[in-house]
Amino acid sequence: MTELIVDARIAYPNFELDVSHRFGMDGITALFGPSGGGKSTLLRIIAGLEGKAGGRIAFGGEAWLDAGNRIFMPPHRRGVGYVFQDARLFPHLSVEGNLRYAARRSVGIDNRVEMDDVVAALDLRPLLSRRTGALSGGERQRVAIGRTLLTRPRLLLMDEPLAALDVQRKAEILPYIERLPDRFGVPVIYVTHSIDEVARLAQRMVVLAAGKIVADGPVTEVLERLDLQPATGRFEAGVILTAQVVGHDAGFRLTRLDHHGQPIDMPMVDLPIGSGIRFRVRARDVALATVRPTGISVRNILSGTISRIEEEPDTAYAETLVDIGGAKLRARITRAAVADLALAPGTPVFALVKSVAFDRRALVSPAVTVPPES
Amino acid sequence: MGFPDLGPLWLTLHLAAATTTILIVIGTPLAWWLAHTPSRAKSAVEAITALPLVLPPTVLGFYLLVFLSPASPIGGLWVSLTGDNLTFSFTGLVIASVLYSLPFTVQPLQGAFEAVGRAPLEAGATLRASPLDTFFTIVVPMASRGYLTATVLTFAHTIGEFGVVLMVGGNIPGQTKVISIAIYEHVETINYADAHILSAILLIFSFLVLLFVYAMNRRFPVHMG
Repeated sequence: MTELIVDARIAYPNFELDVSHRFGMDGITALFGPSGGGKSTLLRIIAGLEGKAGGRIAFGGEAWLDAGNRIFMPPHRRGVGYVFQDARLFPHLSVEGNLRYAARRSVGIDNRVEMDDVVAALDLRPLLSRRTGALSGGERQRVAIGRTLLTRPRLLLMDEPLAALDVQRKAEILPYIERLPDRFGVPVIYVTHSIDEVARLAQRMVVLAAGKIVADGPVTEVLERLDLQPATGRFEAGVILTAQVVGHDAGFRLTRLDHHGQPIDMPMVDLPIGSGIRFRVRARDVALATVRPTGISVRNILSGTISRIEEEPDTAYAETLVDIGGAKLRARITRAAVADLALAPGTPVFALVKSVAFDRRALVSPAVTVPPES
Repeated sequence: MGFPDLGPLWLTLHLAAATTTILIVIGTPLAWWLAHTPSRAKSAVEAITALPLVLPPTVLGFYLLVFLSPASPIGGLWVSLTGDNLTFSFTGLVIASVLYSLPFTVQPLQGAFEAVGRAPLEAGATLRASPLDTFFTIVVPMASRGYLTATVLTFAHTIGEFGVVLMVGGNIPGQTKVISIAIYEHVETINYADAHILSAILLIFSFLVLLFVYAMNRRFPVHMG
Protein backbone atom coordinates (compact mmCIF):
# COMPACT_ATOMS: atom_id res chain seq x y z
CA MET A 1 0.00 0.00 0.00
CA THR A 2 1.17 3.50 -0.81
CA GLU A 3 2.09 5.59 2.19
CA LEU A 4 2.31 9.27 2.82
CA ILE A 5 5.26 9.84 5.10
CA VAL A 6 5.21 13.19 6.84
CA ASP A 7 7.98 14.45 9.08
CA ALA A 8 7.41 18.17 8.92
CA ARG A 9 7.50 21.28 10.99
CA ILE A 10 6.69 24.92 10.66
CA ALA A 11 7.03 27.82 13.07
CA TYR A 12 4.97 30.98 13.23
CA PRO A 13 5.28 33.72 15.83
CA ASN A 14 2.43 32.29 17.94
CA PHE A 15 2.24 28.73 16.78
CA GLU A 16 4.50 25.80 16.14
CA LEU A 17 3.70 22.54 14.41
CA ASP A 18 5.91 19.48 14.55
CA VAL A 19 4.45 16.31 13.18
CA SER A 20 5.79 12.91 12.26
CA HIS A 21 3.36 10.34 10.91
CA ARG A 22 2.85 7.69 8.24
CA PHE A 23 -0.58 8.04 6.68
CA GLY A 24 -2.00 4.82 5.28
CA MET A 25 -3.40 5.59 1.85
CA ASP A 26 -6.71 3.80 1.78
CA GLY A 27 -10.15 4.88 2.90
CA ILE A 28 -10.67 8.01 4.94
CA THR A 29 -8.24 9.17 7.61
CA ALA A 30 -9.62 11.85 9.90
CA LEU A 31 -7.33 14.60 11.12
CA PHE A 32 -9.08 15.58 14.30
CA GLY A 33 -8.53 18.04 17.10
CA PRO A 34 -9.55 21.36 18.60
CA SER A 35 -9.57 24.55 16.55
CA GLY A 36 -6.11 26.07 16.33
CA GLY A 37 -4.45 22.71 16.87
CA GLY A 38 -2.78 22.79 13.46
CA LYS A 39 -5.01 20.47 11.43
CA SER A 40 -5.42 22.81 8.48
CA THR A 41 -1.77 23.84 8.62
CA LEU A 42 -0.69 20.20 8.38
CA LEU A 43 -3.03 19.68 5.43
CA ARG A 44 -1.62 22.76 3.70
CA ILE A 45 1.92 21.52 4.28
CA ILE A 46 1.03 18.19 2.68
CA ALA A 47 -0.48 20.02 -0.32
CA GLY A 48 2.57 22.26 -0.66
CA LEU A 49 0.71 25.45 0.16
CA GLU A 50 3.00 26.38 3.06
CA GLY A 51 6.27 27.36 1.46
CA LYS A 52 8.08 27.78 4.77
CA ALA A 53 7.58 24.22 6.01
CA GLY A 54 10.70 22.30 6.92
CA GLY A 55 11.34 18.57 7.16
CA ARG A 56 10.37 15.85 4.75
CA ILE A 57 7.28 14.59 2.98
CA ALA A 58 7.28 11.58 0.70
CA PHE A 59 4.39 10.00 -1.14
CA GLY A 60 4.93 6.42 -2.29
CA GLY A 61 8.68 6.98 -2.50
CA GLU A 62 8.33 10.31 -4.31
CA ALA A 63 9.88 13.25 -2.45
CA TRP A 64 7.45 16.15 -2.13
CA LEU A 65 9.53 17.98 0.40
CA ASP A 66 13.05 17.50 1.60
CA ALA A 67 14.10 20.80 3.06
CA GLY A 68 17.62 19.56 3.86
CA ASN A 69 18.23 18.82 0.21
CA ARG A 70 16.32 21.86 -1.01
CA ILE A 71 13.64 19.73 -2.63
CA PHE A 72 10.20 21.28 -2.86
CA MET A 73 7.69 19.93 -5.32
CA PRO A 74 5.22 22.70 -6.16
CA PRO A 75 1.58 21.93 -5.35
CA HIS A 76 0.42 21.66 -8.96
CA ARG A 77 2.77 18.72 -9.57
CA ARG A 78 1.93 16.75 -6.43
CA GLY A 79 -1.33 15.39 -7.79
CA VAL A 80 -3.24 16.18 -4.62
CA GLY A 81 -6.81 17.41 -4.68
CA TYR A 82 -7.80 19.93 -2.06
CA VAL A 83 -11.32 20.79 -0.99
CA PHE A 84 -11.25 24.10 0.84
CA GLN A 85 -13.63 25.03 3.62
CA ASP A 86 -14.83 27.96 1.49
CA ALA A 87 -15.08 25.94 -1.78
CA ARG A 88 -13.13 28.53 -3.79
CA LEU A 89 -15.06 28.04 -7.00
CA PHE A 90 -14.00 30.34 -9.80
CA PRO A 91 -16.60 33.11 -10.10
CA HIS A 92 -15.92 33.81 -13.78
CA LEU A 93 -16.79 30.23 -14.79
CA SER A 94 -20.08 28.34 -14.64
CA VAL A 95 -20.35 25.14 -12.62
CA GLU A 96 -19.54 23.16 -15.75
CA GLY A 97 -16.68 25.55 -16.52
CA ASN A 98 -15.25 24.90 -13.06
CA LEU A 99 -15.47 21.14 -13.59
CA ARG A 100 -13.93 21.33 -17.05
CA TYR A 101 -11.13 23.51 -15.74
CA ALA A 102 -9.99 20.59 -13.61
CA ALA A 103 -10.75 17.91 -16.22
CA ARG A 104 -8.71 19.65 -18.94
CA ARG A 105 -5.65 19.65 -16.72
CA SER A 106 -5.80 15.97 -15.84
CA VAL A 107 -6.09 14.50 -19.34
CA GLY A 108 -3.77 11.53 -19.68
CA ILE A 109 -3.53 10.83 -15.98
CA ASP A 110 -4.35 7.19 -15.39
CA ASN A 111 -7.31 7.12 -13.09
CA ARG A 112 -10.88 5.95 -13.25
CA VAL A 113 -12.49 9.34 -12.61
CA GLU A 114 -14.69 10.44 -15.52
CA MET A 115 -16.80 13.57 -15.88
CA ASP A 116 -20.06 11.64 -16.23
CA ASP A 117 -19.27 9.55 -13.17
CA VAL A 118 -18.52 12.56 -11.03
CA VAL A 119 -21.59 14.43 -12.22
CA ALA A 120 -23.73 11.39 -11.43
CA ALA A 121 -22.11 10.58 -8.08
CA LEU A 122 -22.57 14.11 -6.75
CA ASP A 123 -25.87 14.85 -8.51
CA LEU A 124 -24.40 17.83 -10.30
CA ARG A 125 -26.39 17.53 -13.56
CA PRO A 126 -29.02 20.15 -12.61
CA LEU A 127 -26.30 22.60 -11.56
CA LEU A 128 -24.04 22.44 -14.62
CA SER A 129 -25.22 25.60 -16.35
CA ARG A 130 -25.56 27.63 -13.15
CA ARG A 131 -23.31 30.47 -12.12
CA THR A 132 -21.31 29.65 -9.01
CA GLY A 133 -22.61 32.74 -7.23
CA ALA A 134 -26.15 31.36 -7.41
CA LEU A 135 -25.36 28.12 -5.55
CA SER A 136 -26.24 27.30 -1.96
CA GLY A 137 -23.47 26.43 0.47
CA GLY A 138 -24.09 22.71 0.15
CA GLU A 139 -24.18 22.88 -3.64
CA ARG A 140 -20.93 24.82 -3.71
CA GLN A 141 -19.18 22.14 -1.69
CA ARG A 142 -20.55 19.39 -3.93
CA VAL A 143 -19.23 21.23 -6.97
CA ALA A 144 -15.89 21.79 -5.23
CA ILE A 145 -15.62 18.09 -4.40
CA GLY A 146 -16.50 17.19 -7.99
CA ARG A 147 -13.99 19.66 -9.38
CA THR A 148 -11.28 18.26 -7.13
CA LEU A 149 -12.08 14.67 -8.13
CA LEU A 150 -11.75 15.63 -11.79
CA THR A 151 -8.10 16.53 -11.25
CA ARG A 152 -7.76 12.76 -10.80
CA PRO A 153 -5.87 13.19 -7.55
CA ARG A 154 -3.65 10.57 -5.99
CA LEU A 155 -4.70 11.88 -2.62
CA LEU A 156 -7.73 13.93 -1.67
CA LEU A 157 -7.33 16.48 1.12
CA MET A 158 -10.51 17.90 2.62
CA ASP A 159 -10.27 20.85 4.97
CA GLU A 160 -13.44 21.01 7.08
CA PRO A 161 -15.61 20.97 3.97
CA LEU A 162 -18.79 20.93 6.04
CA ALA A 163 -17.83 23.49 8.67
CA ALA A 164 -19.74 26.33 7.02
CA LEU A 165 -22.93 24.31 6.51
CA ASP A 166 -25.96 23.82 8.74
CA VAL A 167 -26.93 20.41 10.13
CA GLN A 168 -29.38 19.74 7.30
CA ARG A 169 -26.82 20.43 4.55
CA LYS A 170 -24.18 18.43 6.37
CA ALA A 171 -26.46 15.43 6.43
CA GLU A 172 -27.03 15.87 2.69
CA ILE A 173 -23.34 15.87 1.79
CA LEU A 174 -21.98 13.25 4.20
CA PRO A 175 -23.16 10.28 2.10
CA TYR A 176 -21.35 11.67 -0.95
CA ILE A 177 -18.08 12.01 0.94
CA GLU A 178 -18.49 8.61 2.55
CA ARG A 179 -18.56 6.89 -0.85
CA LEU A 180 -15.56 8.68 -2.37
CA PRO A 181 -12.79 6.19 -1.54
CA ASP A 182 -14.70 3.17 -2.80
CA ARG A 183 -16.24 4.78 -5.83
CA PHE A 184 -13.19 6.67 -7.10
CA GLY A 185 -10.35 4.74 -5.52
CA VAL A 186 -8.83 7.82 -3.93
CA PRO A 187 -7.58 7.96 -0.34
CA VAL A 188 -8.84 10.89 1.72
CA ILE A 189 -7.37 12.87 4.59
CA TYR A 190 -10.29 14.67 6.19
CA VAL A 191 -9.81 17.55 8.59
CA THR A 192 -12.57 18.15 11.09
CA HIS A 193 -13.19 19.21 14.66
CA SER A 194 -16.46 17.32 14.73
CA ILE A 195 -16.32 13.88 16.34
CA ASP A 196 -19.63 13.08 14.62
CA GLU A 197 -17.99 13.42 11.23
CA VAL A 198 -15.02 11.30 12.34
CA ALA A 199 -17.34 8.56 13.57
CA ARG A 200 -19.41 8.71 10.42
CA LEU A 201 -16.67 8.83 7.81
CA ALA A 202 -13.28 7.68 8.95
CA GLN A 203 -11.62 4.34 9.55
CA ARG A 204 -8.47 5.81 11.06
CA MET A 205 -7.86 9.02 12.91
CA VAL A 206 -4.98 11.23 13.91
CA VAL A 207 -5.56 13.57 16.84
CA LEU A 208 -3.69 16.85 16.65
CA ALA A 209 -3.50 19.35 19.50
CA ALA A 210 -1.20 22.35 19.92
CA GLY A 211 0.77 21.36 16.83
CA LYS A 212 1.54 17.82 17.97
CA ILE A 213 0.03 14.42 17.31
CA VAL A 214 -1.42 13.14 20.59
CA ALA A 215 -3.04 9.95 19.33
CA ASP A 216 -3.54 7.94 16.17
CA GLY A 217 -4.97 4.61 15.13
CA PRO A 218 -8.29 3.00 14.20
CA VAL A 219 -11.18 5.33 15.10
CA THR A 220 -12.80 2.75 17.37
CA GLU A 221 -9.61 2.33 19.40
CA VAL A 222 -8.74 6.00 19.64
CA LEU A 223 -12.26 6.88 20.80
CA GLU A 224 -12.03 4.27 23.58
CA ARG A 225 -8.99 5.95 25.07
CA LEU A 226 -9.82 7.80 28.25
CA ASP A 227 -6.72 9.99 28.30
CA LEU A 228 -7.62 12.19 25.35
CA GLN A 229 -10.15 14.45 27.07
CA PRO A 230 -8.19 17.65 26.55
CA ALA A 231 -7.89 16.96 22.84
CA THR A 232 -11.29 15.49 22.07
CA GLY A 233 -13.41 17.56 24.40
CA ARG A 234 -15.34 15.97 27.27
CA PHE A 235 -18.82 16.30 25.82
CA GLU A 236 -17.69 14.72 22.59
CA ALA A 237 -16.28 11.60 24.21
CA GLY A 238 -17.82 8.33 23.09
CA VAL A 239 -17.24 5.12 21.21
CA ILE A 240 -18.37 3.58 17.97
CA LEU A 241 -20.26 0.32 17.96
CA THR A 242 -20.92 -1.92 14.99
CA ALA A 243 -24.02 -4.08 15.09
CA GLN A 244 -26.42 -5.96 12.84
CA VAL A 245 -30.00 -5.08 12.01
CA VAL A 246 -32.18 -8.02 13.09
CA GLY A 247 -35.67 -6.56 12.97
CA HIS A 248 -37.95 -3.56 12.75
CA ASP A 249 -40.94 -2.69 14.89
CA ALA A 250 -43.12 -0.61 12.59
CA GLY A 251 -45.67 0.11 15.32
CA PHE A 252 -43.21 1.66 17.78
CA ARG A 253 -40.90 2.88 15.01
CA LEU A 254 -37.89 1.04 16.42
CA THR A 255 -35.09 -0.97 14.86
CA ARG A 256 -33.72 -3.92 16.80
CA LEU A 257 -29.98 -4.52 16.54
CA ASP A 258 -27.83 -7.40 17.63
CA HIS A 259 -24.53 -6.44 19.19
CA HIS A 260 -22.49 -9.58 19.85
CA GLY A 261 -25.53 -11.34 21.30
CA GLN A 262 -26.98 -8.37 23.19
CA PRO A 263 -30.02 -6.51 21.82
CA ILE A 264 -30.02 -2.78 21.19
CA ASP A 265 -33.09 -0.78 20.16
CA MET A 266 -32.77 2.49 18.30
CA PRO A 267 -35.22 4.76 16.50
CA MET A 268 -36.05 3.16 13.18
CA VAL A 269 -33.40 3.31 10.47
CA ASP A 270 -34.09 2.51 6.86
CA LEU A 271 -31.80 -0.50 6.46
CA PRO A 272 -32.65 -4.07 5.45
CA ILE A 273 -32.47 -6.86 8.01
CA GLY A 274 -29.01 -8.41 8.08
CA SER A 275 -27.15 -5.23 7.17
CA GLY A 276 -24.41 -3.83 9.37
CA ILE A 277 -24.69 -0.50 11.08
CA ARG A 278 -22.15 1.78 12.71
CA PHE A 279 -23.18 4.22 15.35
CA ARG A 280 -21.73 6.29 18.11
CA VAL A 281 -22.60 6.16 21.77
CA ARG A 282 -21.55 9.19 23.74
CA ALA A 283 -20.04 8.62 27.17
CA ARG A 284 -22.49 11.01 28.80
CA ASP A 285 -25.46 9.03 27.44
CA VAL A 286 -24.39 5.88 29.29
CA ALA A 287 -25.36 5.14 32.90
CA LEU A 288 -24.15 2.20 34.99
CA ALA A 289 -25.94 -0.10 37.41
CA THR A 290 -24.61 -3.00 39.47
CA VAL A 291 -27.93 -4.88 39.32
CA ARG A 292 -30.20 -5.22 36.29
CA PRO A 293 -32.76 -2.46 36.82
CA THR A 294 -36.45 -3.08 36.30
CA GLY A 295 -39.34 -0.68 35.90
CA ILE A 296 -37.20 1.73 33.93
CA SER A 297 -37.79 3.49 30.63
CA VAL A 298 -34.29 2.90 29.34
CA ARG A 299 -34.56 0.34 26.53
CA ASN A 300 -30.98 -0.81 26.30
CA ILE A 301 -29.40 -2.64 29.20
CA LEU A 302 -26.09 -4.21 28.22
CA SER A 303 -24.20 -6.44 30.60
CA GLY A 304 -20.45 -6.12 30.84
CA THR A 305 -17.51 -5.61 33.14
CA ILE A 306 -15.58 -2.50 34.01
CA SER A 307 -12.17 -2.56 32.43
CA ARG A 308 -10.89 0.89 33.41
CA ILE A 309 -11.79 3.83 35.56
CA GLU A 310 -10.21 7.24 35.22
CA GLU A 311 -11.21 9.72 37.90
CA GLU A 312 -10.70 13.35 36.98
CA PRO A 313 -9.07 15.08 39.93
CA ASP A 314 -10.73 18.26 41.22
CA THR A 315 -13.92 17.55 39.29
CA ALA A 316 -17.09 15.62 39.95
CA TYR A 317 -16.45 13.27 37.05
CA ALA A 318 -15.02 9.88 36.27
CA GLU A 319 -14.62 8.20 32.89
CA THR A 320 -15.15 4.47 32.79
CA LEU A 321 -14.61 1.89 30.09
CA VAL A 322 -17.00 -1.06 30.10
CA ASP A 323 -16.32 -4.24 28.15
CA ILE A 324 -19.68 -5.36 26.77
CA GLY A 325 -18.31 -8.25 24.74
CA GLY A 326 -16.95 -7.49 21.30
CA ALA A 327 -16.60 -3.80 22.06
CA LYS A 328 -16.15 -1.32 24.85
CA LEU A 329 -18.51 1.43 25.97
CA ARG A 330 -17.44 4.64 27.60
CA ALA A 331 -19.55 5.88 30.47
CA ARG A 332 -19.16 9.28 32.03
CA ILE A 333 -20.38 9.16 35.62
CA THR A 334 -19.68 10.98 38.87
CA ARG A 335 -16.84 10.07 41.19
CA ALA A 336 -19.48 9.81 43.90
CA ALA A 337 -21.21 7.04 41.93
CA VAL A 338 -17.91 5.20 41.59
CA ALA A 339 -17.53 5.30 45.36
CA ASP A 340 -21.17 4.47 46.21
CA LEU A 341 -21.29 1.47 43.87
CA ALA A 342 -17.73 0.43 44.76
CA LEU A 343 -16.84 0.26 41.09
CA ALA A 344 -13.43 -1.08 40.16
CA PRO A 345 -11.87 -2.84 37.20
CA GLY A 346 -13.48 -6.27 36.94
CA THR A 347 -16.80 -5.22 38.53
CA PRO A 348 -19.73 -6.67 36.57
CA VAL A 349 -22.11 -3.87 35.59
CA PHE A 350 -25.09 -3.11 33.41
CA ALA A 351 -24.65 -0.26 30.96
CA LEU A 352 -27.85 1.70 30.37
CA VAL A 353 -28.34 3.59 27.11
CA LYS A 354 -31.55 5.38 26.22
CA SER A 355 -32.70 4.60 22.69
CA VAL A 356 -33.39 8.29 22.35
CA ALA A 357 -29.64 8.90 22.59
CA PHE A 358 -29.26 7.36 19.14
CA ASP A 359 -31.73 9.73 17.58
CA ARG A 360 -29.20 11.66 15.56
CA ARG A 361 -29.09 10.66 11.94
CA ALA A 362 -25.60 11.98 11.46
CA LEU A 363 -24.27 9.44 13.91
CA VAL A 364 -25.64 6.47 12.08
CA SER A 365 -24.26 4.94 8.96
CA PRO A 366 -24.45 1.63 7.16
CA ALA A 367 -21.31 -0.26 7.97
CA VAL A 368 -19.87 -0.35 4.47
CA THR A 369 -16.28 -0.63 5.54
CA VAL A 370 -16.28 -2.08 9.00
CA PRO A 371 -12.92 -2.16 10.71
CA PRO A 372 -12.43 -5.34 12.73
CA GLU A 373 -13.67 -4.85 16.25
CA SER A 374 -11.04 -5.42 18.86
CA MET B 1 -12.70 77.92 -43.56
CA GLY B 2 -11.82 74.28 -44.20
CA PHE B 3 -11.72 71.21 -42.03
CA PRO B 4 -8.60 71.08 -39.84
CA ASP B 5 -5.79 68.63 -40.49
CA LEU B 6 -6.72 65.41 -38.66
CA GLY B 7 -3.12 64.15 -38.60
CA PRO B 8 -2.70 65.12 -34.93
CA LEU B 9 -5.78 63.09 -34.02
CA TRP B 10 -4.47 59.89 -35.64
CA LEU B 11 -1.05 60.49 -34.12
CA THR B 12 -2.64 60.89 -30.70
CA LEU B 13 -4.60 57.64 -31.03
CA HIS B 14 -1.47 55.88 -32.23
CA LEU B 15 0.49 57.19 -29.26
CA ALA B 16 -2.24 56.26 -26.77
CA ALA B 17 -2.58 52.75 -28.21
CA ALA B 18 1.18 52.14 -28.12
CA THR B 19 1.49 53.52 -24.60
CA THR B 20 -1.44 51.50 -23.28
CA THR B 21 -0.17 48.27 -24.82
CA ILE B 22 3.31 48.73 -23.40
CA LEU B 23 2.00 49.72 -19.99
CA ILE B 24 -0.32 46.74 -19.69
CA VAL B 25 2.62 44.45 -20.49
CA ILE B 26 5.09 46.00 -18.06
CA GLY B 27 2.51 47.22 -15.55
CA THR B 28 1.14 43.71 -14.95
CA PRO B 29 4.28 42.20 -13.37
CA LEU B 30 4.96 45.44 -11.48
CA ALA B 31 1.42 45.56 -10.09
CA TRP B 32 1.59 41.83 -9.29
CA TRP B 33 4.81 42.32 -7.39
CA LEU B 34 3.37 45.26 -5.47
CA ALA B 35 0.22 43.30 -4.65
CA HIS B 36 2.05 40.27 -3.25
CA THR B 37 5.51 41.22 -2.07
CA PRO B 38 6.33 41.17 1.62
CA SER B 39 9.44 43.24 0.73
CA ARG B 40 10.16 46.46 2.57
CA ALA B 41 11.03 48.08 -0.75
CA LYS B 42 7.34 48.01 -1.59
CA SER B 43 6.59 51.46 -0.14
CA ALA B 44 9.47 53.07 -2.02
CA VAL B 45 8.42 51.48 -5.31
CA GLU B 46 4.81 52.52 -4.72
CA ALA B 47 5.91 56.09 -4.09
CA ILE B 48 8.02 56.19 -7.24
CA THR B 49 5.16 54.73 -9.26
CA ALA B 50 2.79 57.41 -7.97
CA LEU B 51 5.16 60.34 -8.61
CA PRO B 52 3.65 61.26 -12.01
CA LEU B 53 0.34 61.87 -10.21
CA VAL B 54 1.74 64.77 -8.22
CA LEU B 55 4.66 66.12 -10.23
CA PRO B 56 3.89 68.96 -12.62
CA PRO B 57 4.21 67.54 -16.15
CA THR B 58 6.87 70.13 -16.84
CA VAL B 59 9.11 68.67 -14.13
CA LEU B 60 8.75 65.16 -15.53
CA GLY B 61 9.21 66.56 -19.04
CA PHE B 62 12.32 68.45 -18.01
CA TYR B 63 14.02 65.37 -16.55
CA LEU B 64 13.02 63.29 -19.54
CA LEU B 65 14.47 65.94 -21.82
CA VAL B 66 17.72 65.73 -19.90
CA PHE B 67 17.88 61.92 -19.81
CA LEU B 68 16.74 61.31 -23.36
CA SER B 69 18.91 63.96 -25.04
CA PRO B 70 21.70 62.68 -27.29
CA ALA B 71 24.21 64.11 -24.82
CA SER B 72 22.99 61.78 -22.02
CA PRO B 73 24.08 58.11 -21.71
CA ILE B 74 20.59 56.78 -22.54
CA GLY B 75 19.89 59.17 -25.40
CA GLY B 76 23.44 58.73 -26.68
CA LEU B 77 23.15 54.94 -26.66
CA TRP B 78 19.88 55.20 -28.59
CA VAL B 79 21.51 57.46 -31.21
CA SER B 80 24.43 55.05 -31.64
CA LEU B 81 22.05 52.09 -31.98
CA THR B 82 19.41 53.59 -34.25
CA GLY B 83 20.84 56.83 -35.60
CA ASP B 84 17.76 58.68 -34.36
CA ASN B 85 17.22 61.14 -31.54
CA LEU B 86 14.90 60.17 -28.68
CA THR B 87 13.99 63.75 -27.98
CA PHE B 88 11.55 65.35 -30.39
CA SER B 89 10.63 61.93 -31.84
CA PHE B 90 7.62 59.64 -31.63
CA THR B 91 9.65 57.00 -29.79
CA GLY B 92 10.65 59.55 -27.21
CA LEU B 93 7.01 60.51 -26.81
CA VAL B 94 6.05 56.89 -26.18
CA ILE B 95 8.73 56.54 -23.49
CA ALA B 96 7.58 59.78 -21.88
CA SER B 97 3.92 58.72 -22.00
CA VAL B 98 4.69 55.33 -20.49
CA LEU B 99 6.31 56.98 -17.48
CA TYR B 100 3.69 59.70 -17.28
CA SER B 101 0.75 57.25 -17.33
CA LEU B 102 2.38 54.49 -15.24
CA PRO B 103 0.26 55.01 -12.10
CA PHE B 104 -2.94 54.89 -14.15
CA THR B 105 -2.08 51.33 -15.15
CA VAL B 106 -0.36 50.05 -12.04
CA GLN B 107 -2.75 51.28 -9.37
CA PRO B 108 -5.98 49.73 -10.76
CA LEU B 109 -4.16 46.48 -11.52
CA GLN B 110 -2.58 46.33 -8.08
CA GLY B 111 -5.98 46.91 -6.50
CA ALA B 112 -7.53 44.20 -8.66
CA PHE B 113 -4.78 41.68 -7.86
CA GLU B 114 -5.12 42.41 -4.16
CA ALA B 115 -8.87 41.89 -4.40
CA VAL B 116 -8.38 38.54 -6.13
CA GLY B 117 -6.08 37.50 -3.30
CA ARG B 118 -4.17 34.28 -2.81
CA ALA B 119 -7.08 31.91 -2.36
CA PRO B 120 -7.78 31.41 -6.10
CA LEU B 121 -4.05 30.88 -6.70
CA GLU B 122 -4.03 28.04 -4.18
CA ALA B 123 -7.19 26.62 -5.71
CA GLY B 124 -5.57 26.72 -9.15
CA ALA B 125 -2.41 25.04 -7.89
CA THR B 126 -4.39 22.18 -6.39
CA LEU B 127 -6.18 21.75 -9.73
CA ARG B 128 -2.85 21.03 -11.45
CA ALA B 129 -2.56 24.51 -12.96
CA SER B 130 0.96 25.96 -13.05
CA PRO B 131 1.42 29.49 -11.65
CA LEU B 132 1.45 31.03 -15.15
CA ASP B 133 -1.59 28.98 -16.16
CA THR B 134 -3.37 30.09 -12.98
CA PHE B 135 -2.48 33.70 -13.70
CA PHE B 136 -3.89 33.79 -17.22
CA THR B 137 -6.92 31.54 -16.68
CA ILE B 138 -8.01 32.63 -13.22
CA VAL B 139 -6.38 35.85 -12.08
CA VAL B 140 -6.74 37.83 -15.32
CA PRO B 141 -10.44 36.98 -15.77
CA MET B 142 -11.14 37.70 -12.11
CA ALA B 143 -9.22 40.98 -12.41
CA SER B 144 -10.89 41.90 -15.69
CA ARG B 145 -12.51 44.99 -14.21
CA GLY B 146 -9.12 46.20 -13.09
CA TYR B 147 -7.73 45.63 -16.59
CA LEU B 148 -10.62 47.52 -18.14
CA THR B 149 -10.15 50.43 -15.75
CA ALA B 150 -6.38 50.45 -16.27
CA THR B 151 -6.73 50.37 -20.06
CA VAL B 152 -9.29 53.16 -20.22
CA LEU B 153 -7.58 55.42 -17.71
CA THR B 154 -4.19 54.95 -19.36
CA PHE B 155 -5.56 55.52 -22.84
CA ALA B 156 -7.56 58.58 -21.81
CA HIS B 157 -4.76 60.04 -19.75
CA THR B 158 -2.30 59.66 -22.63
CA ILE B 159 -4.72 61.38 -25.01
CA GLY B 160 -5.05 64.31 -22.63
CA GLU B 161 -1.33 64.71 -22.11
CA PHE B 162 0.12 68.14 -22.89
CA GLY B 163 2.93 69.41 -20.70
CA VAL B 164 5.25 66.44 -21.03
CA VAL B 165 4.75 66.33 -24.79
CA LEU B 166 5.52 69.99 -25.07
CA MET B 167 8.79 69.53 -23.18
CA VAL B 168 10.00 66.29 -24.81
CA GLY B 169 8.28 66.20 -28.18
CA GLY B 170 7.89 69.72 -29.37
CA ASN B 171 5.57 70.25 -32.28
CA ILE B 172 6.65 68.22 -35.32
CA PRO B 173 3.76 67.29 -37.63
CA GLY B 174 3.39 63.52 -38.00
CA GLN B 175 6.00 62.92 -35.29
CA THR B 176 5.08 64.70 -32.11
CA LYS B 177 2.25 67.06 -32.95
CA VAL B 178 -0.54 65.41 -30.94
CA ILE B 179 -4.06 66.75 -30.70
CA SER B 180 -3.58 68.75 -27.50
CA ILE B 181 -0.57 70.50 -29.03
CA ALA B 182 -2.50 71.15 -32.26
CA ILE B 183 -5.38 72.72 -30.31
CA TYR B 184 -2.93 74.85 -28.35
CA GLU B 185 -1.30 75.99 -31.60
CA HIS B 186 -4.69 76.83 -33.17
CA VAL B 187 -5.56 78.93 -30.14
CA GLU B 188 -2.16 80.65 -30.21
CA THR B 189 -2.72 81.58 -33.84
CA ILE B 190 -6.29 82.68 -33.03
CA ASN B 191 -7.70 79.89 -35.26
CA TYR B 192 -10.63 79.22 -32.94
CA ALA B 193 -12.66 77.41 -35.61
CA ASP B 194 -10.14 74.54 -35.94
CA ALA B 195 -9.57 74.54 -32.19
CA HIS B 196 -13.32 74.12 -31.76
CA ILE B 197 -13.51 71.18 -34.16
CA LEU B 198 -10.56 69.30 -32.68
CA SER B 199 -11.74 69.97 -29.15
CA ALA B 200 -15.23 68.76 -29.98
CA ILE B 201 -13.81 65.60 -31.57
CA LEU B 202 -11.77 64.92 -28.44
CA LEU B 203 -14.72 65.64 -26.18
CA ILE B 204 -17.12 63.36 -28.05
CA PHE B 205 -14.52 60.61 -28.43
CA SER B 206 -13.69 60.65 -24.72
CA PHE B 207 -17.35 60.60 -23.79
CA LEU B 208 -18.05 57.65 -26.11
CA VAL B 209 -15.11 55.68 -24.72
CA LEU B 210 -16.27 56.19 -21.15
CA LEU B 211 -19.86 55.44 -22.10
CA PHE B 212 -18.73 52.18 -23.68
CA VAL B 213 -16.78 51.21 -20.60
CA TYR B 214 -19.60 51.88 -18.19
CA ALA B 215 -22.10 50.14 -20.45
CA MET B 216 -19.84 47.09 -20.69
CA ASN B 217 -19.47 47.02 -16.95
CA ARG B 218 -23.22 47.07 -16.64
CA ARG B 219 -23.94 44.40 -19.20
CA PHE B 220 -21.12 42.04 -18.30
CA PRO B 221 -20.47 42.58 -14.64
CA VAL B 222 -17.78 40.41 -13.15
CA HIS B 223 -19.54 38.05 -10.81
CA MET B 224 -17.67 37.56 -7.63
CA GLY B 225 -18.46 34.94 -5.03
